[in-house]
Amino acid sequence: MYKKAYWIGLTRVNGLGPKRFQLLLKKFGDPETVWKAGENSLAEVLGAHSPVLKNLLECRDSLDLTKEITMLERNEVRVLTLADPEYPVRLLNIHDPPPVLYLRGSLPGPDAKTMAVVGSRRATPYGKAVAEQLGYDLTVNGFVVVSGLARGIDTCAHRGALKAKGPTIAVLGCGVDIVYPRENKGIFQEIIENGAIISEFPLGTPPEARNFPARNRIISGLSLGVVVVEAAEDGGALITADFALEQGRDVFAVPGPITSRYSRGTNRLIKEGARLIEGVADIIEEYPLVGGCLPSKPTEQLSWPVEEPLTNRIALSEEERVLVELLSLDPVAVDHLIAVSGLTASRVNSILMFLEKKGLVRQLPGRRYIRAGKISF
Amino acid sequence: MELPAKGLFIVLASVASLGILGLDGYPVLVEVDVSNGLPAFDLVGLPSAAVRESRERVRSAIRNSGFDFPLQRITVNLAPADLRKDGPAYDLPIALGILAATGQIPVDRLAASFWTGELSLDGRIRGISGALAMAETVKKEAVRTNCSLSLVVPLENAEEAALIDGIKVFGARNLTEVVAALRDDLPLTRFNSSWSERLQEYLKNNKTAGVNFEQVKGQESTKRALEIAAAGSHNLLLIGPPGAGKTMLIRCFPTILPSVTFDESLEITRIYSVAGLLPQGQPVIFERPFRSPHHTCTAVTLVGGGRIPRPGEVSLAQRGVLFLDELLEFNREVLEALRQPLEDGQITVSRLNTTLTFPCRFILVASMNPCPCGYYGDNLHECVCTPQQIKRYRQRLSGPLLDRFDIQVEVPRLTFDELATEAKGESSVIIRQRVEEARSRQRERLARRGLTNNAEMGSQELEEFCCLDSEGKNLLQMAFAQLGLSARAYNRILRLARTIADLAGASDIMASHVAEAIQYRVLDRPILE
Repeated sequence: MYKKAYWIGLTRVNGLGPKRFQLLLKKFGDPETVWKAGENSLAEVLGAHSPVLKNLLECRDSLDLTKEITMLERNEVRVLTLADPEYPVRLLNIHDPPPVLYLRGSLPGPDAKTMAVVGSRRATPYGKAVAEQLGYDLTVNGFVVVSGLARGIDTCAHRGALKAKGPTIAVLGCGVDIVYPRENKGIFQEIIENGAIISEFPLGTPPEARNFPARNRIISGLSLGVVVVEAAEDGGALITADFALEQGRDVFAVPGPITSRYSRGTNRLIKEGARLIEGVADIIEEYPLVGGCLPSKPTEQLSWPVEEPLTNRIALSEEERVLVELLSLDPVAVDHLIAVSGLTASRVNSILMFLEKKGLVRQLPGRRYIRAGKISF
Repeated sequence: MELPAKGLFIVLASVASLGILGLDGYPVLVEVDVSNGLPAFDLVGLPSAAVRESRERVRSAIRNSGFDFPLQRITVNLAPADLRKDGPAYDLPIALGILAATGQIPVDRLAASFWTGELSLDGRIRGISGALAMAETVKKEAVRTNCSLSLVVPLENAEEAALIDGIKVFGARNLTEVVAALRDDLPLTRFNSSWSERLQEYLKNNKTAGVNFEQVKGQESTKRALEIAAAGSHNLLLIGPPGAGKTMLIRCFPTILPSVTFDESLEITRIYSVAGLLPQGQPVIFERPFRSPHHTCTAVTLVGGGRIPRPGEVSLAQRGVLFLDELLEFNREVLEALRQPLEDGQITVSRLNTTLTFPCRFILVASMNPCPCGYYGDNLHECVCTPQQIKRYRQRLSGPLLDRFDIQVEVPRLTFDELATEAKGESSVIIRQRVEEARSRQRERLARRGLTNNAEMGSQELEEFCCLDSEGKNLLQMAFAQLGLSARAYNRILRLARTIADLAGASDIMASHVAEAIQYRVLDRPILE
C-alpha cells in the first residue's frame, strides 16, 4: 500500500487530470519521483505559471500521505494503479485511463464479459422494467453488468444483476465512501459484497456535475459494449455512448415509443447506426467467442410480460382476466380501469389487490397500475 | 323614615337570569339596589367589558321607552360573584331590576321567570347567544325546585329555546312590551316548537342544497373511499396533486353522511348557539356541520380555549366534518393538539379559574400534496422531488396523527377525456342510503358495547367482530411481507374491512373486503423511486 502513497497523493492535486498525469509519468518514470521532483523540472511539463503546478507544490507540502493511507484502510478501500497487474485491461486501452482506481469489493477477472447498461435518471416504468430485466438476463448469461448507480435505469440494471446473484460493477462520480443518491444505500452495500464499487476520485469527493462525464468514460471503457435503455435527447447516457464509440466499443439501444421524450435519445442512436436490441439474445449474438467460451444457446431468453401470456400459467377469474388484459407497461389510472371494465370501484380495487398478490400487477404512485415484469418484485 | 323625592319606595329587586360557562348555562341572580346618594350606576359581580357597558344601554333604553331612570345611586350585583359574566344578555334583567326597584313594575311578577336579552338604545330587545343552553338550564332548575318556570328570551331566540320542553318560553320584542306584560296589559307571545315539524319545513325549503356527487365526474375510486369513510365514520386523508379536485370531492362529502337525529341536532345547535354562529333566521341546525379552518389557524382556534373558553373548530364540527386543506401547511403543534380530541371525542380546556369540556365527535378529512412539488405520481406533470425529499415531506405528519387516518387514498388528476365524459355519477341520495344501512348494521352490532360506528372500535371489539378467514389472513400476511406495509396498518385495515363488509351487507369479513381495504392505505406503502 505504501508504494501507492505517491499515486494517491497525486490524485489529490486539484486540476491534475489523467492526461497531465501521464505526461508526468512519461518524464519522471514513477509517481514517487514526481512527488519529490524539483520545481523547475516539474515546470517543464506543467508550464511555469500553470495553476496545476502551484496546486501540486502546495499539495505535497501539506498532504499527510500516511493519514491518507490509514483513511483508505479504515474504509476498506483498495487502490489500483496503472502499474498494477490487476488494473482492468480494457480500461488500459482507452486514451486517458484513470491513473488510480479506488475500489471497494472485488473486480471480476480480465476475461469477464462486461456490459454497460445505462440510461436516464428519470426513467419511465417501461425503461425501469427493461433495465431490470436486461440486468438480470445479462447476468444469467454470464455477463457482468457495469453501470453508474445513478437513479432510474442505472439502479434498475444493478438491481436486476443482483437479483440474478451475479457480480456487478458500479462506477461512481464521487468518492467511494459517499453513497449518492442516498436512497441507494442498501444496493450500495450489496454491490460491495457481490461486486465492485469503483471511482477515480479520492475519498470524500462530492458528486459534482463535472465528475459525471469523466465517470461515463470509465463505464464504457470497462465494457465490451454499452446498452442505452432510455435517454432523453440531451441525456448523460448519450455521453457514455459517445465515449463508447470513441473507445471502439459497441453501442446498443433499446427502442421506445416515438411519443416518449425518454426514448428520443435511444431512437436517435438507432437511426445513427446503434444496434437495436429487443432482448439479451441480440447482445449475446454479438459476442460468440469473448471470454474463451461459446455460449451454446442463451440460457434465458428475454420475454416481456406483454408478449408472453403469463396469465395462462396462473389461474385467473373472469374479472381478473378482464383487468389484466387492460394493463401493460404503460401506467393506467385506476379510474380508467373502472370506467372501461364496467366493474364497480369496489370490485376493481379488490381484484387489483389479488392481482398484486399474484405478482401480475404493480401499483405505482398516483393510483396507476402496470403489468409486473417477469421477475417477481 | 323620610320618603324620597317623587314619593317612590326604595326597594331591593332581584331578577333571575342566566349565564353561559363553556356550553352550559347557569342561573345568575341580578340584584338591583337603588338608594339615596350621588347619582351613580355601579355594576359588580365580575362583569366583563361588554357587561359593564350595559349601564349605558340600560339607561338609554329605559328613558327612550318612556320610563323613569332614577337619579340615585344604583348598585347592581350579578350573583354568583365569583364567575366571570360575559355578553350583553344581562341588559334586560338589569333594566327590569331598576324598574322594579323604583316601583315602576310590580316586583313579585318577576319571580318564577328567567329573563335574558340585549337592549338597544331605543328599547328593542336584540338576540343573544346560547339560548338553547339557557333553556336547558331553566328546565334543570324546574326539575330541581319542582315548580313551573318560564323563560323570556328575545323574539329571535324564542324558537330555539322552545325546543326544550317542560318550560314555558316567551319571546319579547321590546322593553315596552315586557313592561306591559308585567303590568298585565298584554301578555307576551308564548312559543312551542316541534323539531320534526321544523325539520320538514327545512327540507321543503332546502331541497336543492349545494353540490352533489352526481356532478363530480370520474374519480370513482375516490368516491368509493368517501363512501366507506361516511359509512364507518372513518377519518380520511386525500393525497393528490394540485387541481385533482380534492376540495370539490370533500365539499360533497357531507351530502352522503347520514341525516342528523334529534339529539345530534340539539347538540350541534347548542354549540353554534353558544358560539353565536347560528345562521340568521335558522334557529335550529338540521345539517351536519362542515368546518374548514385555514392552515394559519392557531391551536386555540382549532381545539378551543381563550381566557373565557370558547368552543374551537373541532367542537364546531361536532357530528360533522372537520376539513383540513393542505394538512402539512398547518403548524405541527396545531396538528398535534388534535390528537386528544380525536381519541376522546371531547376536549378539556383548562384556564386559570375554570376547566371546561367541549364535545367534539367529528370525521377528520384532510388533503395534502404527495410531495413538495406536488406532482409525485402524476401522469401529465413530471415530479422533480427525490425520494428523500418526499420522505422528509411526509414525515412532517407525525406517526401518531397519521395513525388516526383510517383511510389514505391518492386522488389522481383527471385527463381531459375523463373530464369531458357525459357519464353522470351516482347521486348522493343513493350513496347516503347505503351509508345509512351500513350504519344501522354497525349500531346493531356495537350497541351493547356502547359504540355507534366502526371507527370507534377498540382492540377488544376488533377481536370479536373482525375475524378473518384463512384467505383473508393469507392476503394480509402477503400485504405486509410483499408490499412492505407498516405494522401499524393492521388494525386500520381490519376496521376498514369491517365497514366494507357492512356496506356489502355481509355478516363476515371476506378476503375481497380485506383486499379492498388494503388499497386505502397508501402511506403505508414504501415510496417508490
